[in-house]
Amino acid sequence: MNALATTRRILTQLRHDPRTVALLVAVPSVLMILLRYVLNSEQRFSAVAPALLGIFPFTIMFLLTSVTTLRERTTGTLERLMTLPIGKLDLILGYALAFGLLAVLQVAVAAGIALTWLGLDIAGPVWALLLIVVLDALLGTALGLFVSAFARTEFQAIQFLPVFVLPQFLLCGLFVPRGDMGWVLSALSDVLPLSYAVDALTQVTRSAEIDGTLLRNIGIIAGCAVLALLLGAATLRRRTP
Amino acid sequence: MDEPAIEVTGLRVRRGGHEVLRDIGFTVRRGTVTGLLGPNGCGKSTLMRSIVGVQVVEGGRVTVLGRAAGSPDLRRRIGYATQDPAIYADLTVTEALRYFAAVLGTGPSDVDRVIAQAGLTESARTLIGRLSGGQRGRANLAVALLGTPELLVLDEPTVGSDPELRDELWQLFHALAAAGTTLLISSHVMDEAARCDDLLLLHQGKLLARGAPAELRARTGAADLEQAFLRLIKGREGVRR
Repeated sequence: MNALATTRRILTQLRHDPRTVALLVAVPSVLMILLRYVLNSEQRFSAVAPALLGIFPFTIMFLLTSVTTLRERTTGTLERLMTLPIGKLDLILGYALAFGLLAVLQVAVAAGIALTWLGLDIAGPVWALLLIVVLDALLGTALGLFVSAFARTEFQAIQFLPVFVLPQFLLCGLFVPRGDMGWVLSALSDVLPLSYAVDALTQVTRSAEIDGTLLRNIGIIAGCAVLALLLGAATLRRRTP
Repeated sequence: MDEPAIEVTGLRVRRGGHEVLRDIGFTVRRGTVTGLLGPNGCGKSTLMRSIVGVQVVEGGRVTVLGRAAGSPDLRRRIGYATQDPAIYADLTVTEALRYFAAVLGTGPSDVDRVIAQAGLTESARTLIGRLSGGQRGRANLAVALLGTPELLVLDEPTVGSDPELRDELWQLFHALAAAGTTLLISSHVMDEAARCDDLLLLHQGKLLARGAPAELRARTGAADLEQAFLRLIKGREGVRR
């Protein structure tokens, strides 16, 4: 109940800020279009597009959530909520739900454009692609919520993007297959959640089969998102110095 | 009903390495308006935070409405408004109040009531970010009034208000007290002190004096409270020498 009240409040705030919503929905789609014409070949586009379809919403939702949550901390509304009968997890779930809905909208538009106009061709089912991409966006939301606890200013929050997101981007197997990395990098890649997202997306692109590996990878992404949400709730404090 | 609304004994608080509150002790009777007075930086806000239960305290005991400060069931019974409005600037007055009302589990009629009480009927549909400073302060106050709490802790609620509005607010405070609500109100304006039933004078983290306005004037032989307060501070410094 409390979680839904928070979701409704955040969506109302976004309604008063249509420019943010427009950017949110348009940017991943525009990037996909750009990618398609930069590569200038449907085949090459189909090889990398699914991975990027996962990475763009992940990055954008990470940034959006960390700044929004930080704003809640700096304006004192978080402290006010902590004096009221609202559960910490309720608040975090309310956030996750609101931004999750936004992510669904964002992903639906970007994937729709990629699959029709841009000629993205995947061997696996579309629903699996959408599921993984939405989970990626949720993971970005959850991580953004979590790291905002460690930022004092919005400048710091933005700096967390290169810290938390870019290494995952480099190590996720998009540039070099994960199997070809040295053992140190490979081990690092194994503990970063985005690697499993890209593995799953690559598999959906290449094969029509839904096997145990795919389900395990999807489970890992979902598990990491839930873990980040729980950690995010644990960073909230009712009493502060 | 005879137990005090607030009972503080031996309260000590450290912030940023130095003692902000030193051995504070007092009680506040139910159904009264108590003024918390003192120069800026004397520890008023920290004392209020300790009573609401959001301040990490070093020692002492704070009992509010018969419970230890910060107890979960107090969250519905205390209304707290910080000095800087802690309210969503990108929502309208009604939308923001509806959210806090949902968190408290009260309905739209409660929202309409506090909008009328805080004198915000005309700006109920205005975005909070577009309100004047005084109106924003009243929106902040309105949140604290939601759910008809037994204790109101208001940090400088009249700052930025013109004399007419300030008078209206004080009438509201007295009406609430007459209905049984206990109010703790901080201020550094001495003419507001005269309108309180009881006063707490805070100076450099210590409770300098307490009593009814007339009592403090009589004790110091001063014509007004401003003089009384100055004599009390000088008297203390005299003792130290």
